[in-house]
Amino acid sequence: MKTSKPALQTCAQEEVTMASSCAQLCLKCRSLLCSKTVATTWQHSTQVRHCRTVTPVITKVLNGSSFFSGNHRTSPASQRWKQQMFCYSELSVKHLATEAKEDKFKEELSRADVVAYKSPLLPVNEIQMPLDLDAAAEFSALEEITHEEAVSISVPAAIPPSSTSLRDYVDKSETLSKLVQLGVNLWKLEQRPNVGTMLLKLDFNMDVAPRLLFLKHIGVEESHIGYIITHNPFILTEDLESLQARVNYLKSKKFSSETVASMVSRAPYLLNFSVKRLDNRLGFYQQQLNLSASNTRNIIARLPRLLCGSLEPVKENLKVCEIELGFKENEIQHIALTVPKVLTANKRKLTQLFDFIHNTMKVPHHLITKFPQVLNTKYLRVRERHLFLEFLGKAQYDPDLPNYISLDRLVSLPDEIFCTELALATLEDFYLFQKTL
Amino acid sequence: MFRRVEGLFCVYKPSGVHWKLVRDNIETKLLKGLNAAPSQPCPQEVRFLAQPGGDAEAPKGLTLSVASVPALSKHPLVTGPEFQYLQVGVGHRLDAFSSGVLVLAVGNGNKILNDLYRTRITRVHLVFHCLGSATDDFSHMGHVVERSTYGHITQDKLDRVLAMLQGANQKSLLMYSNVDMRSQEAYEMAVQGLLGPDGKSAPILTGLRCIRFEPPNFTIEVQCLNETQKYLRKVVHEIGLELRSTAVCKGVRRTRDGPFTLQDALTRHHWTASDIMQAIQQYKSSKKNKNYSRSKVKEPGLHPLEENTTDSQHFYLKDVSDIVLNQSSPGQQ
Repeated sequence: MKTSKPALQTCAQEEVTMASSCAQLCLKCRSLLCSKTVATTWQHSTQVRHCRTVTPVITKVLNGSSFFSGNHRTSPASQRWKQQMFCYSELSVKHLATEAKEDKFKEELSRADVVAYKSPLLPVNEIQMPLDLDAAAEFSALEEITHEEAVSISVPAAIPPSSTSLRDYVDKSETLSKLVQLGVNLWKLEQRPNVGTMLLKLDFNMDVAPRLLFLKHIGVEESHIGYIITHNPFILTEDLESLQARVNYLKSKKFSSETVASMVSRAPYLLNFSVKRLDNRLGFYQQQLNLSASNTRNIIARLPRLLCGSLEPVKENLKVCEIELGFKENEIQHIALTVPKVLTANKRKLTQLFDFIHNTMKVPHHLITKFPQVLNTKYLRVRERHLFLEFLGKAQYDPDLPNYISLDRLVSLPDEIFCTELALATLEDFYLFQKTL
Repeated sequence: MFRRVEGLFCVYKPSGVHWKLVRDNIETKLLKGLNAAPSQPCPQEVRFLAQPGGDAEAPKGLTLSVASVPALSKHPLVTGPEFQYLQVGVGHRLDAFSSGVLVLAVGNGNKILNDLYRTRITRVHLVFHCLGSATDDFSHMGHVVERSTYGHITQDKLDRVLAMLQGANQKSLLMYSNVDMRSQEAYEMAVQGLLGPDGKSAPILTGLRCIRFEPPNFTIEVQCLNETQKYLRKVVHEIGLELRSTAVCKGVRRTRDGPFTLQDALTRHHWTASDIMQAIQQYKSSKKNKNYSRSKVKEPGLHPLEENTTDSQHFYLKDVSDIVLNQSSPGQQ
C-alpha cells in the first residue's frame, strides 16, 4: 500500500508536465504501479521467470499495444496475476479517491484517473485481440522451445555487486584473467586499498594492452612484466606520452636501452615519476657524492630504487657516515661506488655494525674502506664468525701480520667454506660454538 | 604435510634479538616451506561457448563448442598461498639480552605447551659474572653505580655463599609446597621429589654451582623454578654483596628448559621447515622412548649435570616434568 502512494504521487507530477492523453497516462501510471508492486511481490514467488518475462512485456506494451495482452492466457498463474492486478487497481482507485479529497490541485487529474482506470477494465475482458502468441508461449516452464532459444537463454552471471576479493570477478573479467595469465599476483594487489576496483575498471584493449606493448618495446622481458605490475599496478594508468618522455629523458642522460629496461624491471615505480623529479635526484647524487657522470650512471644502474625513494634517509646516512663513523669524503665516495646499498641502509643497524667492526674487531677505517662489503652484512653473522675465530686464535685482520684474514672473505663466504678454509675447523664445531654464545 | 609440523621443538635464541623476532622468523620460514610444496593444479571448469552463426543460410545449425577452461578463481595467484597463518607459540620467554634454549610449539603443540608450563619445570641457566662493579640494572651495559675491589674473594668463599643461598631457597621450596612438614604425606612426596610450589610463586633456585672461577669473571650454573632473567641478574648482584664486593651479570644463557636441552636446540642456520620437522619428529620419538623406559625401569632419573659434585650439598630433585609428561601423554596419543 505504502509503496503505491509515492509511485502515484510521482507519476501524478509527471502527468502535469507531460501533455499526452489520459489513457496513455493512466497506462504509464499503472505500469509503474505494476512493475514496482508486482515485481516486489513476485520476487518471492516461484515463477521468477514469469516475472522477468512479464516486465519486458510490460515495457513492450507501453508503446501502444494493449496492456493486458499477456492476460489472455488461461494458465492459473496469469489468472492470479490478473486478479492481483484488479485488486491493486481497486486499491489504487480507492487511494486516488481519498487523495482527491485532500489535494485540490490533483482533483481534476485524479478524477480523470479514476475514470480512466475504470474504463479500460471493462472493455479489456471482452476484447479478443490478435495476440503475440510467441510472447505468451514463453511463460510456461513445461512448454517446449526450440534449440536456439535454449542456447540463447543465458543465465545471468552471479557476480556480486561488491566483494572484498577479486576472486569472484576473475573468471568474468577479461582484463583480470589476462593479468593472471601474465603472472600478476592478484591476491597481493587486492590487499592494497582501491587497487582492486581500479583494475576491474580497466579495459584490456584500451588501457592495458598499449602499456604492455610499450614495456615490451623498451626491452623489458615478458617474464618480468608480471613482477612489475604486481609491485606497481599504477603503471597501467599512466599516460603513454609521459612514459615515453621519461624513457627518452633517461636515454638522453646516456643510459643505454638495456640499462633502462633492467632499471624498470628492478624498480617498478621508476616510470611513474616525472622527468623533473628524476632529474632532481640524479643531480643530487652527482653533487653529494661528487662523482663523475659515468660513476653516477653506474650506481643508479645497479640500484635503481635510489631514484624512487625519498632523499631524506640518504642525506641522513651520508651525515652519519661523515660525523658518527668518521669517514672522510673520498672514503664515502669509494664505499658508495662499491656498495650503493649503504646509502639506503638502516641508520641504527649501520652504526651497530660499524661499532662492532671498529671497536671490537679493531679494524681501522682504511681497511673498512678497502672492503666495504662488511657494512652490508648482518650483524649476527659477523659477530658469530669473529667470535669463533677469536676463540680459535685466528682473528687477525691486519694485512701486514701473518695469518691474515681478509674481511671480504670473512663475510661473503658460505659457512662450509668459511669453516674449512678460514677457520680450519669443522662445520659442526662452528654450530656447537654458536650454541655457547 | 601440515601434521608433521605440529609439535614442540626448541631453538637457540641468539642474544641481542627480541624473542618475538625469532618467533616471527620461524613462522615465515615454516610457511615458506609449507607453501613450497606442490599444490593441486587449477581445477577445470567446463564452459559451453556458442559459436557465432556466421552463415545466414543455416540459422538452425546449433554449433556449440565445449571448452574446458581452468577456473582462474582458484588459481594460486588469485587466492593467495595455501597457508597464510601458523599458530606458533613460545614457551618461557627469554628477554633480548639473554640467549639460550627457547621452546616453540606449532599448531596442536600449543596445548601441550600450556600443560607443560603449568607444571613445575626446572630450567638450568648459566650465568656469567664480572666482579668489581655494580650497575643500576645489574647487567654490564647499565650505568655503573659502584666500584669495589675483589682481590679477597676465593673459590671456597664463593662456594660457601652459594651453598647458603641454596639452603635458603630449599627452605622456601618446602614452605611453598603447602604441606604439613610433619606428615607422612610430606615424606612420601619428598621421596618422590614432588615437593614444590604449585603454579606461580616467587622464583626459587633449587641448585647453584660454580663452574668456573677466574677473577674477575666467574660462571655459575643455576637450576631454578619460576624465574625471570631479571631475577637471575639480581641474584648475581646479591652474591656480590654477600662476598663483600660487587658483581654484574655479563650474560645469561639457558641450557635446559624441561626436557629440551642445548643439544636439541636449532641454531640460526637450521631454521628451515625440513630441519624443524626433523626436530619435532625427534622430540615425539624421544617422548615415546622415555615413557617406555620409565615403565620398565623404576629408578629416579638423575639430572646428568648434577653427577659431579664436590663440596656443595645438592638436593637432587627428580625431574618433575618427566612425570608430568608421562601422565599427560595418554591423553595426547
